[in-house]
Amino acid sequence: MYELRQVDKHFPGVHALKAVDFKVNRHEIVGLVGENGAGKSTLMKVIYGAYQPDGGDVLIDGTVVRFQNPRMAMDHGIGMVFQEQSLILNLTVMENIFLGYEQQFVKLGVIDWKAMSEAARRQLAKVKLDIDPAMTTSDLSFAQRQLVELAKVLTLEERIDGDLVILLDEPTSVLAQEEVELLFSLVRDLTKRASFIFVSHRMEEVLELSDRIYVMKDGAVVDVVAHDGADKDAIQHKMVGRDVDKEYYREQKQKPYDEDKVLVRFDGVSSGNRYTDISFALHPGEVLCLVGTEGSGREAILRTIFGLETPTKGQVTIKGETISRFTAQNGVKLGVGYTPRERKIEGIVAGMNVYENMTLSQMGNYASAGVLKVNEEKSLARTWIERLGIKTPDVYKDCGGLSGGNQQKVVLAKWRSAGADIMLLDHPTRGLDIGAKEDVYEMIREMCAAGVGVVLVADTLEEAIGLSHTIIVLKDGAFQKRFDGKPGSKPSLYDLVHHMI
Amino acid sequence: MTDITAQSAPGARFLTRERIIKWTPLLVLVFLVLLFPFFEWLEDFGAGKEHMYLADSRFFSIRNAARIFIAATPALMVAIGVTFIIIMGSIDLSMEGTVSVCAVIFAFAFIGWGGTLASWAWLAIPVALLVGAALGFINGLVHVRLKIPSFMASLAMGFVGTGLALLLTGGDRIRVEDELFRSLLTVRWFNFPIMVYVAAVMLLIAWFIQSRTTLGRNFYAVGGGEELAHASGLNVNRVRIMGFTLAGVFFAVGALLAVGRIGIAETATGNNFMFVSITSVVVGGTALWGGIGGVWNTLVGVLIVNVINNGMVVIGLPNFLQDGVLGILVILAVVLSTDRKSVSFVK
Repeated sequence: MYELRQVDKHFPGVHALKAVDFKVNRHEIVGLVGENGAGKSTLMKVIYGAYQPDGGDVLIDGTVVRFQNPRMAMDHGIGMVFQEQSLILNLTVMENIFLGYEQQFVKLGVIDWKAMSEAARRQLAKVKLDIDPAMTTSDLSFAQRQLVELAKVLTLEERIDGDLVILLDEPTSVLAQEEVELLFSLVRDLTKRASFIFVSHRMEEVLELSDRIYVMKDGAVVDVVAHDGADKDAIQHKMVGRDVDKEYYREQKQKPYDEDKVLVRFDGVSSGNRYTDISFALHPGEVLCLVGTEGSGREAILRTIFGLETPTKGQVTIKGETISRFTAQNGVKLGVGYTPRERKIEGIVAGMNVYENMTLSQMGNYASAGVLKVNEEKSLARTWIERLGIKTPDVYKDCGGLSGGNQQKVVLAKWRSAGADIMLLDHPTRGLDIGAKEDVYEMIREMCAAGVGVVLVADTLEEAIGLSHTIIVLKDGAFQKRFDGKPGSKPSLYDLVHHMI
Repeated sequence: MTDITAQSAPGARFLTRERIIKWTPLLVLVFLVLLFPFFEWLEDFGAGKEHMYLADSRFFSIRNAARIFIAATPALMVAIGVTFIIIMGSIDLSMEGTVSVCAVIFAFAFIGWGGTLASWAWLAIPVALLVGAALGFINGLVHVRLKIPSFMASLAMGFVGTGLALLLTGGDRIRVEDELFRSLLTVRWFNFPIMVYVAAVMLLIAWFIQSRTTLGRNFYAVGGGEELAHASGLNVNRVRIMGFTLAGVFFAVGALLAVGRIGIAETATGNNFMFVSITSVVVGGTALWGGIGGVWNTLVGVLIVNVINNGMVVIGLPNFLQDGVLGILVILAVVLSTDRKSVSFVK
């Protein structure tokens, strides 16, 4: 019914989808699994019309269609239930359900609220949700909002003639177990009305719900398994099956760390519902990698070490000092450096030049009585530009105009030059090309040799395995397993994925 | 996800967007300075009088330049103060109240302690600056601690200031007639009164703060990326409060110059500073969302605004037109300086 044939999608430097064939039959639930960055979200965006493929065809009932935007896709019966919910919280439920399609209720320029309310009630009945359509959306629970979202998509049923295909992007990530079961029985029920594409990190759920499962890796579909023939282990193997190049991750430069000293210690630390009861120790010269899916608590742990997030339970010790006040200033003072995932938001200030960015966290060292020693700043910047091979015409260059890899080097130089010996790296190679990635790996090895402890959230599992001395696997905020990663006896991708999902 | 690899090759493009935005205000100023004499020439030409362009202009003369500068100095001080705040991405609308309070307290103290600069009454000057700083400090505290948006906090503080000034004076005007103090206006070096030099010194101080102190750097960091400034361990709240305090000091200097100019302190001393100073900052090219611009932009902006005011008087256009022209200018300035492609929603 809905079909993709040999669909290709390129982004600058990335071949995101490689000749993907994809098919959804009537009344079917299709699962879609893959690692972060395997191309799942790109594929979904192509399906619901947010991206246009560069090659290949999209077919509905055998005819080729081309969607310019999501609205066009919706007019052809493709609906999307977003992971980050797309409801507007200060509007009522019915307004949300018919957002953009209010015209049908307008009489003489005025909305007939009664008619809309009744229509909304009919939609809500489809998802078995018995609430007043005039309720403000923010008063609903998260699970209820998810159902409203589904009801909103199901309005397509009345609007269009053909069949419906509904995408569910991580619909269970924030639901409790009973709510998940409720949602699943509802979805099975709704297959009378529509076909579903179900995307999730949770392998068990995909296996349980889907009739067929597409497995993606590196932008390609590597396998399609039927519900009956599906085997969790086999699928996980297919998701990761790749050889790791030892040279690439500078494994020969991985030295054992200093086990006697401890830089950071977590003792049964919890932070709200983001992570619970986490314990570990970071030593000088160690790369400790936190591995898990999106939302498994990796970033929250980094932010706690830096002082951006205050834990609700447990004890955090940095260099022997038990932390009671969690502030970023305190973190900086203790020698913690943080390179966040979103370089543009928390990494560099676009509009400020290279040396201004480098001294931002340590201005006190380059000023007396509040007056800056600009010449010393510049010479510091020159030293580090040379040391890290930062490609910039001069120290006056606006950092916003540097390439991603060079921006990352500026951020690292900022912390290293300030004497940080605990480095928190959140996706340090995200969006970088291969050469720039290798530069970052090289820098990580150098830092370790200099006695710096690194906590890493890697962009890929290979990166995590290749770089780390220690791997801690997290799932839904809880500790799963700890792996030692001495060169030569590193855990395999499969070992990790097995505990992740 | 996607990285912008914008490593422009050296000398690739001369007229980049940044360059245009940077120099446009100055070009506008030069254009205006040449425009008004042209109108004068046109008028005389129409009447058949002999008139050499520029040389015979009443507008384009030292005497008129001094007039423009005198009118501009108090506004320049106020505008510099608010420039720091706008660089941080906030806004301060308390200037009218702060200027009035500072002016009135200065005048009371000055007269009470002897009435001439040659006596202890000179202490009234630091007192006025302290009052300005205190008001700014409170303003910053209200904004940061009570988490009230800066425009609302400062607007309210401005009203409080205006009310306070009225309470102190009871609606009276206080005359400051000390010759020594008035020499700010009356004594001229090289055709320009002392207050112009005072303003120039303050401008240099402001420039120093902006470019050579940690505080100035922090203003840009907070305006350019507050999250990042925070994640770099800066105490963003302290920077904000200090910014508002510094702005208060500059408002106080503006108040002193305003009193020096007309010799009167009253509740109305602060009138009109809000519109003129914000207009000047924006017209000068400092971005309202922070991070870009500085005190030199503000100088150009203040001059543009005052040249327009003065020039329209010289060529005999009515008052109400001036405000209209300035309003249009503000819109044009923001339109020019906003990269609308990168801004999807404006509230």
